[in-house]
Amino acid sequence: MSAVPLLKVNDVSKFYGSRIGCRNVSFDLFPGEVLAIVGESGSGKTTLLSCLSTRLMPTSGIVEYHMRDGQYRDLARMGEAERRFLMRTDWGFVHQNPADGLRMTVSAGANVGERLMAVGDRHYGNIRAAASDWLERVEIGIDRIDDQPRAFSGGMRQRLQIARNLVTNPRLVFMDEPTGGLDVSVQARLLDLVRGLVHDLGLAAIIVTHDLAVARLLSHRMMVMKDGAVIEQGLTDRVLDDPREPYTQLLVSSILQV
Amino acid sequence: MNDLATYNFSYLDEQTKRMIRRAILKAIAIPGYQVPFASREMPMPYGWGTGGVQVTASILGPKDVLKVIDQGADDTTNAVSIRAFFQKVAAVAVTTKTKEATIIQTRHRIPEEGLREGQTLVYQVPIPEPLRFLEPRETETRKMHALEEYGLMHVKLYEDIARNGHIATTYAYPVKVEGRYVMDPSPTPKFDNPKMHMSEALQLFGAGREKRIYAVPPYTEVVSLDFEDHPFEVQKFDKPCALCGAENVYLDEVVLDDKGGRMFVCSDTDHCEDRRDCGHAGHMLARKEAAE
Repeated sequence: MSAVPLLKVNDVSKFYGSRIGCRNVSFDLFPGEVLAIVGESGSGKTTLLSCLSTRLMPTSGIVEYHMRDGQYRDLARMGEAERRFLMRTDWGFVHQNPADGLRMTVSAGANVGERLMAVGDRHYGNIRAAASDWLERVEIGIDRIDDQPRAFSGGMRQRLQIARNLVTNPRLVFMDEPTGGLDVSVQARLLDLVRGLVHDLGLAAIIVTHDLAVARLLSHRMMVMKDGAVIEQGLTDRVLDDPREPYTQLLVSSILQV
Repeated sequence: MNDLATYNFSYLDEQTKRMIRRAILKAIAIPGYQVPFASREMPMPYGWGTGGVQVTASILGPKDVLKVIDQGADDTTNAVSIRAFFQKVAAVAVTTKTKEATIIQTRHRIPEEGLREGQTLVYQVPIPEPLRFLEPRETETRKMHALEEYGLMHVKLYEDIARNGHIATTYAYPVKVEGRYVMDPSPTPKFDNPKMHMSEALQLFGAGREKRIYAVPPYTEVVSLDFEDHPFEVQKFDKPCALCGAENVYLDEVVLDDKGGRMFVCSDTDHCEDRRDCGHAGHMLARKEAAE
């Protein structure tokens, strides 16, 4: 891990009118680091993720990103064209519902290839080769390359969504409940896959989840949110094995033991 | 022509024509950009060329000579009625000769004969947005045009190749105008796309229902989108026109009887007649003459 943060978040707050989405969140994210944001429904996890990924504008506070040219840029001050370009090249966003992140009416190959075409790749053979390569890496059979994602199972769709996001070699990936709605065995394989990819590619990731097991498995560091504020943060193992805040203790003790 | 008094010249009122002319000027200034305009109700249903008719009505002057074609033909319903309409409301001269016309309103063909400077080609457009079937949100497609995000257009071509082994889009084939805007050339066959490139004539596009006008000024670069390893190519016909023997023209299939008899003839009727007058004959014509 390098000493220069990839993402610097300083005092970010988001208000919906008088209601609080999230408030006064600050942290640094380093290259190759996986950060989990946990908390119950309505605690502001997704609002925070949206503020970080420029899907929402924070009411106050600054989010700065370390661009490939070495400069830090304030995301809120970036032009829309540049921001959207960043989102489809250097970033990835994995939605909880794959239908939100995929084009359901075009084939799996085109779904993976879309980002390549968006950055100017105009060679069909190369695009298809890259798509097959990525489908293989996320364990989708090459014979499914021309099938539409609506013919895929939930787990396959989620893996396809991951492939689609990673094809441009991003440095930062946002994931919103990536395993939500999948059954446990499929979840386990997906987690395994994500863990492998994050490790192999040196990705930094911010993962929003309410599932502490997912956080334990994937993340290096975690933040616990309640009522829009971060109440505890630290190394994942430390937070889960030795929770300090009463709410975190409650959360950890609520895990179902099988 | 006393009954003309009930209409303003060329049907539309002067304010409306000014509004449309402004939209046209803006469209010419930004080649390929879709300019919104306040499309009027016309005495014909949407989908029959209300956009084209409004554009023609706004640019038509008393000295103009109008030609109207429908799928290349001067004698089909749409062409005949629009021509009659302008004869009635504007009393302009009409023609079927491409050479003589100053304004040509077209539904989905570009005449075979090369157009020249001073001529204007007016297209009737059903759906002006090339990204529409890939991205249904208008707010999003406008943003994509503004930011020049055209990767999605190639997704469509990719799908074509993945399914059919080649780019199977044969009409409304997307083009990039002057290196900037991606444009739908209206449902003309892709055979006609190369004719739009560096055309000497002004090309105007009107979409009445969708309320958009766009334009390709003379001598403008119009490039059909493609892949490096699957380049753009036009349809090829293995036979010449059965009536005039023309090659390298766009042909229509005509069924002759209920025993499977058919012939392929020029879709551009004026071009076909011209050639026959000059003594060219295809095999069907030769056979007919022999029979007589």
